[in-house]
Amino acid sequence: MTVLADLSAGMLRTESFWIDQGSKLGFAAIAIVVFLAIVGLVMFLADNAPKRGRDVIQLLLFVAPALLLLAAGMIWPALQTIWQSVTSKAGEFVGLDNFVTIFTDPTMQVVMRNTIVWVIFVPTFSTIVGLAYALFIDRSRGEKILKSLVFMPMAISFVGASIIWGFMYTYRSEGFPQIGLLNQILVWLGLSPYQFVETPPWNTFFLLVVMAWIQTGFAMVVLSAAIKGVPAEIVEAAELDGATAWQRFLNVTLPWIRGSLVVVVTTITISTLKVFDIVRTMTGGQYNTSVVANEMYTRAFRLNQPEIGAALAVLLFVLVLPIVVYNIRVLRAHKEAH
Amino acid sequence: MSAAVAPEPTVAAPPEGKTKRVKKRLTSRTATFFAILIATLWTIPTFGLFISSFRPRQDINNSGWWTMITNPSFTFDNYVTVLSSSGASSASLGVYFVNSIVITLPAVVFPVTLALMAAYAFAWIPFKGSSWLFVLVFALQIVPLQMALIPLLKIFNYPWLDIGGTFPAVWIAHTIFGLPLQIFLLHNFISEIPRDVMEAAKVDGANHAQIFRRVVIPLSVPAIASMVIFQFLWVWNDLLVALVFSGGTAKTAPITQRVAEFAGTRGNQWELLTSAAFIATIVPLIVFFALQRYFVRGLLAGSTKG
Repeated sequence: MTVLADLSAGMLRTESFWIDQGSKLGFAAIAIVVFLAIVGLVMFLADNAPKRGRDVIQLLLFVAPALLLLAAGMIWPALQTIWQSVTSKAGEFVGLDNFVTIFTDPTMQVVMRNTIVWVIFVPTFSTIVGLAYALFIDRSRGEKILKSLVFMPMAISFVGASIIWGFMYTYRSEGFPQIGLLNQILVWLGLSPYQFVETPPWNTFFLLVVMAWIQTGFAMVVLSAAIKGVPAEIVEAAELDGATAWQRFLNVTLPWIRGSLVVVVTTITISTLKVFDIVRTMTGGQYNTSVVANEMYTRAFRLNQPEIGAALAVLLFVLVLPIVVYNIRVLRAHKEAH
Repeated sequence: MSAAVAPEPTVAAPPEGKTKRVKKRLTSRTATFFAILIATLWTIPTFGLFISSFRPRQDINNSGWWTMITNPSFTFDNYVTVLSSSGASSASLGVYFVNSIVITLPAVVFPVTLALMAAYAFAWIPFKGSSWLFVLVFALQIVPLQMALIPLLKIFNYPWLDIGGTFPAVWIAHTIFGLPLQIFLLHNFISEIPRDVMEAAKVDGANHAQIFRRVVIPLSVPAIASMVIFQFLWVWNDLLVALVFSGGTAKTAPITQRVAEFAGTRGNQWELLTSAAFIATIVPLIVFFALQRYFVRGLLAGSTKG
């Protein structure tokens, strides 16, 4: 009870706390009501559109809102970003100068190297562990719970995950009691505590572990569904032929889930390229840990170098593009085959 | 949504020779061992944070959370501290928590509704250039958020609009960024409604608006649920959109932003960080555990998100 009393006392200290919060929530509620009322009105108009040209009017009312928003909020901004990436801050056309900068600047080279390390290790690690786990727990007792445990990080924000792992990595000087589990393990093993987050170049690996920790759950869930799609007859036939578990995996399961495997690897690769929150929360890009997505934010919004930020955003786009195209192709081939 | 998890088939164990059975049990034993090992490794970090958030400040700073077993201690103080306002500069975390709710609810309702309408039009209203436009919308998933940030912020700051740093700015930004994937996935679902059902409604004299309300929405409830959860988790957990569009003050900034700030400025005050991180995480965790089925379904359908 004292807890509640303390809490409310603390909140009431800012006198208008409840009024402020209440009015904010009211604002959101009104926004939703107004929005739905407009949608209702649109539906009403569509209902009562004049017979002539009714189809066209209804069509417009249905697609126009989404398309206008996308045109104004994505297509137009994307084009502007592309333009900004080839101009100077003053707005003069400078060709590829900004791109030359992002590839030659010494700090940027560290950023590029880190991004490559992330893109290689996160998808590989997550997919392998996720696949192994999905296989291990397939049809086992308690499969649901075991799945939930590894899948759970997917629900946690990158920020939350960064703090969870930051705590795992906490460092105290030698001789002081360690409060981070990993350093405590080092001490138990008779080693010196280690500054996981602050010591380059390995700190990049300790940061990307956070992303891999989250993405493993995603890989596991998608691959587990794919594994369950393998027809039981084929597995049984292989079993009767005397194939070992490993042979069955290599010759039956793996070819069958190939499509899902590609989707998992490419999807994780794309998320890894775009993730910014982890580096931002754990180091802010210090200690040589920055990656392209984080650097984009830092340059554009912290260092007032929007042209460099734009060039980095375009670079992200160019990196993501071939992966998505490949992804779509595999998916389409997969759909046709089934 | 055809990729929903198949029900577990119950395969009767075929009769086997004795040696084979032993071998099989052995491999499955190692499998079980590794499965439990991975599950433990994956859970420990979150567990450690959770335990620590209930330990007194003194204990957090002087001993690891695993000493809880031999030296148990328990307090709500950390939560009280982060939730109550301490001075003018640092508002209570509760304020940011409310901001997250205020941001998330409209930022879920808006895109899902608009996407549902657009998806219906793409699937069932034939028009010239329909497939071309749909491919364009699909292709927009490729465009990283980062491409749109700076110019969109400029648009929000135009004098005639002037909503930079307000809730509507964040809502609109989330709505726009959510649309391509939502339209794509809902279209996949809606286009698979049997043609007969649609034709029957048409024969009864229903127009598009009526079909949409009476046929499409009721039939799409599972897909809508998936999309709502998807968008909810995305918006609640987002940091980038919030940082750029919310202005960063206690008036509008969501809890993720505040917690990320804490990590930067109070990186050593673990009693605050652990409880703050837990408060930020509890809502998505509840949603996740309560509605995991729908989330998984959305994920399987949406594993193409770019």
